[in-house]
This record gives sequence, C-alpha cells and structure tokens, in this order.
Amino acid sequence: MAMAKAKKKERMTRVMRRDEEKGKDGEPEVIIGLEVHVQLTNLKTKLFCSCSTDYRGAEPNTHVCPICMGEPGTLPVVNEGAIEDAIMVALALGSSISRRTLFSRKNYFYPDMPKNFQISQYDKAGGVPFATGGSVSIGGGKKVRIRRIQIEEDPGRLVYEGTIDSSPYILVDYNRAGLPLIEIVTEPDMESPKEARMFLQNLRSILEHLGVFDESLQGAMRCDANISIKGGKRVEIKNISSFKDVERALSFEITRQKGLLSRGLRVGMETRHWDDLRRITVSLRVKEEEQDYRYFPEPDLVPITISEGLIAKVKACMPILPSERKRLFIDKYGIPPQTAEVLVGSKALADFFEECIKLKADPLPLANWLTGDLKALLNEMEIEIWESKVTPAHMAELVSLVKDGILSGKMAKEVLKEVVATGRMPRKIVEEKGLRAIASMESLKEIVERVFSENPEAVKDALRQEKAVHFLIGQVMKATKGSADPLMANEAVRRRLQEIASSVSA
Amino acid sequence: MPKERKLSRREFPDSKKEGDSRIGKEEVKHLAWLARMKLSNKEIDAFSQQLSQILQYFRKIDEVDTEGIEPTYHVLDLTNVFRKDEPRTFPAEEVLRNVPEKKGRYVKAPRMG
Ligand SMILES: [Zn+2]
Repeated sequence: MAMAKAKKKERMTRVMRRDEEKGKDGEPEVIIGLEVHVQLTNLKTKLFCSCSTDYRGAEPNTHVCPICMGEPGTLPVVNEGAIEDAIMVALALGSSISRRTLFSRKNYFYPDMPKNFQISQYDKAGGVPFATGGSVSIGGGKKVRIRRIQIEEDPGRLVYEGTIDSSPYILVDYNRAGLPLIEIVTEPDMESPKEARMFLQNLRSILEHLGVFDESLQGAMRCDANISIKGGKRVEIKNISSFKDVERALSFEITRQKGLLSRGLRVGMETRHWDDLRRITVSLRVKEEEQDYRYFPEPDLVPITISEGLIAKVKACMPILPSERKRLFIDKYGIPPQTAEVLVGSKALADFFEECIKLKADPLPLANWLTGDLKALLNEMEIEIWESKVTPAHMAELVSLVKDGILSGKMAKEVLKEVVATGRMPRKIVEEKGLRAIASMESLKEIVERVFSENPEAVKDALRQEKAVHFLIGQVMKATKGSADPLMANEAVRRRLQEIASSVSA
Repeated sequence: MPKERKLSRREFPDSKKEGDSRIGKEEVKHLAWLARMKLSNKEIDAFSQQLSQILQYFRKIDEVDTEGIEPTYHVLDLTNVFRKDEPRTFPAEEVLRNVPEKKGRYVKAPRMG
C-alpha cells in the first residue's frame, strides 16, 4: 500500500515537473541557445601572425607585432594548424565541412581590436562558415544541434580602473588579441540551465579528447547564452567563463525574468553581462540603436578550399572520442552506462580512471568512488580533479583497502576526506588512526553477544518485532564505532536471534 | 550550372531598397554612430548628398549581367595561403612606440558609450 502510494506520488511529481518545463500547451517554458568561444590552446601561434599564444602570466602587450596591432600595410596569414583543428572539431561533432570557406570582416569600433574590426566568419553577405550542422549528446538520449562552427580571432583584454561603469578610460592588453578561436553556435535546443551545463561539459570533454583545448587554462572557454522564457523576449547573457557559471547565470536569469513576469512587468529584448563575482546578471544599458557589423568578405585573405584528402588525413589521426571511450568502459570494465557517462564527461576524470586501473584497482568499485564520493567532495570544494591532491595511487590503494576488508565503506569515506584534504596515502591514514574494519563474523559475534547481554529486554522484544531488531543492529554498529559492515552486523544479529528462538522452542 | 547568386541588398542592412540610392539624414547619423563620429547638422546634410551620389555612381555595376559568373572575393586567383604554426618574437617595444597613449605597459583608450 505504502509503496504504491509513494510510487504514485513520485509519478505525480514527475508529471508536474514535466508540465512545469513544457508549459500547458507542450511548448518548452524555457529555450536556451549557446555561442561558445574556445581558444585552440594546442596552437603555438596566433591565428594570423607568428606571435606566441603563451600569454598567460605575461606582462601586458609583450606578445604583439605589427599584424596583430593592426599597423597599416601589414597582411594576415592563416595559421594552418587552426584549419586542421577546425576540421577535427567539425568531424567530432558530425558537422558538414564547407569545401570552400572564407573569412569575413566584422566591423565595429571598440578598442579590444586594434584594427577596428575582427576577422571572423559569417553565413551571410557572401560569407561561408567553416562548417554547419552536427550535434552534441547531453545524456538521456537528448542531442543539442549545432548551427555552425567558425574560426575567428580573440579580442584583446580590457582592464577598467575601478568598476566598469566608473572607469574614466580603458586599458588594453593585446596579448590575447588575435589568438585562434573556434566559435560553436547551437540551435536553441536546451530547456534548462542544467542542460546548458551538460552541453558545455560534454563539448569540453570532446575538445579535450581531440587535444585542441586544455580545460585547465583560465578563460580558454567562454560563452554567451540566449534565453527566452515564455511570455518574454530573448535576452542575451555575455561573459560567461565556465560551464559551472553557465548554469548559475541562466538560473539567475530565469528567476529574475519569472519575477518580472509574475508582477505583470515585461521582459524586453536586451543584452546583459554576467558578473561572476557577485553572481548576478547586469543590464549593459547599451544604446537602443541597433549594432550593425557591416560584414563583408575579408579582402586581405584568400579563400580556403578543404579537400577530401585533407579531411581524410585529419580523420586518420583522430584520437578516441568520449562516446567511444564510454563504450570501451562499458564493454571492457563492465561499468554501468550512466557511470561511464559521468567518467567520460571529463577527459581528466576518464584518464584518472584508467591510470588507477593500471595500478590494478578493481574497475567497478573504483568507478563508483570516482563518480560518487570523490566527485561530491571536489564539487564541494569547487575544484577540478587536477587541482586536487588526489592521485591515482591514492584511489587505487583506497579501493584495495576496502576490497581486502581492512576498511568498511563508511570508514573509507572518512579516509577519502582525509586524503582529499591532506594528500596523505590511505594506508598511512589507516595505520595512524588505528582504523581497522571488523570484517570477520568471528569478531562480530563477540560484540553481538555483549550487546545482547546488555539489552535483555530488547532481545525479548526483538524475537517478536522488527523495530527492536533494528535497535540491536544499531547498538552493534555503535559498539564497533561504525567500523563493521552494516550488512554483516545485520546478519550477525539475526543469526543470533534465530539461535535463541530455536533453543526456546526446542 | 546553377544560377549564380548575386548578393542581395537585404544582406547589407545599411543599403536601401533596390534602385533607391539616396542616403537619408537618419542613415548618416546611424553610420556616424557606428563609426563613433560626431557630425554637425551641416556635415550630416553634406554627407547625405555626397554618399547618395557615390552610391548612385556605383549602381552602374548593377547593370552588368553576372549570370553564371562566380563571385570574386579576391583579385588574386589564389587559395590556401597558410603559415606554419611556429612562433617568432617581434620586439614589442617597437610596436608600442606607435601607441599614442599608454599607462605602464597598457594601451590607454577612451571609454566607449
Ligand atoms: Zn602578432
């Protein structure tokens, strides 16, 4: 009865949740599209000049030359590595590559580009994007379609004195200006901030597997999001710099817009800026006048043709992708699909998993530790696995301590916390703390005996009612300070009770 | 051979309807805003006239029949001019000598409204 009721309730909330997401007439309540900018971090030079891309931590304006500073009379020349990278990305996302592509000039007067234009690609005004179509899976059988992929240059970095509003002038560092970027534009296929995060996370993992992108570099992936909520207009959010922030920014925006709509106010079309320190979006209050980039084919660059031969060459050296790796984890190590999906959601995590396996860790419990407790601990600390003190050696040892019965699951959780905090080896922690699981039935029997003699009333009750049995199990666990395996304690108590019952009736 | 696609005027949002080559005052103001230029009323009048004449002059190109001809994006018949991904350093101080205003190593620029 109770089960059926709970099931029904669960079904009801699921239906209600779906209604909330879809709205009354089946239309999605929230529609999200993303524009992702990814630095091709495997390239050593900028997109159109030979300046080094290794600008992080460098003094301002040290990685500049007459080309990326827009001096008159200079000519850009395309970095061939960027073309190969873009082909790889297009192949990995299943996009169709334009056999002939062009660069376009995007005109705007803003000091982040010293030329007063950005060399990009465009799908109108004679322009041809690098690739169109394709998709990224976001789990649960859902795919987010890609509208287009294009190559463009990164603008310089602006520094404000004081706040963005009160700064009397702008300081510009052009070290980043001209860095090779890939822009990936999605169709508005996402219906929640979580789906947007999943998209970015899975895209990041694909790019990491391709080796074109290094997720550990600050600001190497940035995105703008478009969001429309039913009853409101489309709002663009700029300056989102991580896949965690995309979820935060969109959730903030949904709450803000729903608040406006519920008070009968209107949500107008506008561009907002994500402030990642205050974790809010702020209106850019740009002039209502329409921006117009006056795109035209870039006259300083000749067209590019992509031959079947080049595509085949790139295809031949494509590294393993997350989807294939997931299959491998399922087939080779018997990992459940959902767990495998989490593992390959980050190349660093998938690599970590395989490193542990090389150290002879048992794959299934290992996968559960990595995607469960370890992931939760790292999330709590808001760090990535490569920023933590945990190494494959730590995890392999922890898994084997549990397997050998030296640690109970519960104790291992405590040890893991200590490992994450201190980076000390699990075995060392076990020795120092004098931890040892009570893994044998023999040692448990003694404890059960003691608990039974201390609680004769409870034992009497336990022969008749379940509640008292649980009390006894609890007492046994307490006596072992949680070091016993709960299932084993359960069995030991019930076995003893049965012995008593049969001797009484005999 | 597929019919060659001419760039439609709609793809250049600044441009006017087919056959209309006048650039009105509002359009001049918009162009000035895009180019971050401040124009006096007198200049707006003058540019409106001059730009209309220039555009009218270029309309002559529309008279040419381009049926079946590939669009020309580049005067050289070249494709795929690439550069190896090998870094070279340029003396940055030389480049910074051309910067009109600096603050430390930063380039100083006006605030944009
Ligand atoms: Zn340069």
